Amino acid sequence: MRFGGLLAVDGLSFAANKGDITAIIGPNGAGKTTVFNCLTGFYRPSSGTLAFDRGGKTLALERMEGWRITRDAGVARTFQNIRLFTGMTVLENLIVAQHNKLMRASVYSLAGLLGLKRYRDAEGAAVETARYWLDRVGLVDHANRLAGTLPYGAQRRLEIARAMCTDPLLLCLDEPAAGLNPRESAELNELLLAIRERHKVGILLIEHDMNVVMGISDRIVVLDYGKKIAEGTPGEIRSNQAVIKAYLGEPDA
Amino acid sequence: MSYFLQQLINGLTLGAIYALIAIGYTMVYGIIGMINFAHGEIYMIGAFVSLITFFVLGVVGVTWVPLALVLVLVSAMGFTAFYGWTIERVAYRPLRGSFRLAPLISAIGMSIFLQNYVQLLQGARVKSLPPVIQGGFKLMESNGFTVQLSYLQIIIMLLTVALMAGFSIMIAATPLGRAQRACEQDMTMAALLGVNVDRTISTTFIIGAALAAVAGMMVTMYYGVIDFFIGFLAGMKAFTAAVLGGIGSLPGAVLGGFLIGLIEAFWSGYFSSAYKDVAVFGVLILVLIFRPSGLLGRPEVEKV
Repeated sequence: MRFGGLLAVDGLSFAANKGDITAIIGPNGAGKTTVFNCLTGFYRPSSGTLAFDRGGKTLALERMEGWRITRDAGVARTFQNIRLFTGMTVLENLIVAQHNKLMRASVYSLAGLLGLKRYRDAEGAAVETARYWLDRVGLVDHANRLAGTLPYGAQRRLEIARAMCTDPLLLCLDEPAAGLNPRESAELNELLLAIRERHKVGILLIEHDMNVVMGISDRIVVLDYGKKIAEGTPGEIRSNQAVIKAYLGEPDA
Repeated sequence: MSYFLQQLINGLTLGAIYALIAIGYTMVYGIIGMINFAHGEIYMIGAFVSLITFFVLGVVGVTWVPLALVLVLVSAMGFTAFYGWTIERVAYRPLRGSFRLAPLISAIGMSIFLQNYVQLLQGARVKSLPPVIQGGFKLMESNGFTVQLSYLQIIIMLLTVALMAGFSIMIAATPLGRAQRACEQDMTMAALLGVNVDRTISTTFIIGAALAAVAGMMVTMYYGVIDFFIGFLAGMKAFTAAVLGGIGSLPGAVLGGFLIGLIEAFWSGYFSSAYKDVAVFGVLILVLIFRPSGLLGRPEVEKV
């Protein structure tokens, strides 16, 4: 990915396996978020491909519109800075995430307007799904609060719940532990592991909190200046010389 | 008293028409943050489509009034919605993501284009429609002054209320309405949740145009005369209504529409009908000075 004279992500190639937690780490400005932006259709990579396997079919994400990436490929995403619909209730946030399912059930909202049973059923199911995820992230009691009034940690969890409501195959989390206290980040670890185990959803994770990264990742990809400098299991990365150099610099001779 | 009541009825009828147009302004502003200055022309096109359909039905020989009304309503909403969709597609969508004034200029251009387009196709002279629905109730009579509530006024108000009710349900409880509110807050995020933002915006224009078409049809029947220039003033007044109620707010647009209708009716009833437009736009200025966020609008709080 090139921005004018700046090569932000340079010939990066890695695989995130189905149902694995893959972490992308690297110093600030290494190009981690740019990778996410390419993946979710914000940027069109200047060259290269993003192949996504869904049910045996390979989809080329770099050629899909943003909303199709979510609907057809099943890639969901959260942001470094929280982007909830603050003026909607917690429950509505989760129902908007099930938009396509409801749109189909309601024949483009007509059935919803007429209050037909077919739509009421679909809406009931959507509320059920939402309730399930609210329960998972411990926000059931707050379902009817405006999302913007939740405390910070709860907003982070709600964002993950919302992403999961789109029924994804791959969940891309951009620094989900940023700003969380140690107890909250331990809860986050549990939540992410449960998402992987129970829902068989793969996770792509950008994170600076090494407790989270080392604790739950199956594989780690390390970026520096847009290039991959290492890839491997947490154990391998911990002792990798190139990684230590990128983070701590070289010792003076 | 009876004179007051008559002005109230007239004002509410007029207000219903303004409210229907104002919804289009406020919805479009809500979702993409632009004032669609071509919306008044959409309403004018709605009026012309109704007029043409009335004549076609007359030629074909559909004389049963209820059927004719339904057919005209469907045809006006359908054709006008198509215009609304097209305008968004050719004049606004290519400019999305461009600087803020670009779509505004484009809207003004579109508005001039549509006026001239209708003038060329239909001629500049005033068109008239013989009354379709006549008669009404005599509510009271005093000092030789009769308060009348015509059937047409009843139809206009009932239809407006029904459309607004349906519309409110749509916004509150259907996937489309939720998607519209989501796009209003954060388009990028809505797209990431699988919402087709372009289509949601198109639908907003389609709905706004269909409602304006209903207003156009009502005006054609109410006043019986239309020309290619009616969209300008009505559009401006409906825009004033939307600002008065708080632009971006739906209940605000409806409230604003009725208030503008009442102001206009009472002003022409008690003062001078020559200056009724001055009164309406005077209100716009006062609102902009003393309550820029409108009656029901939320003031924008800058986050630090």
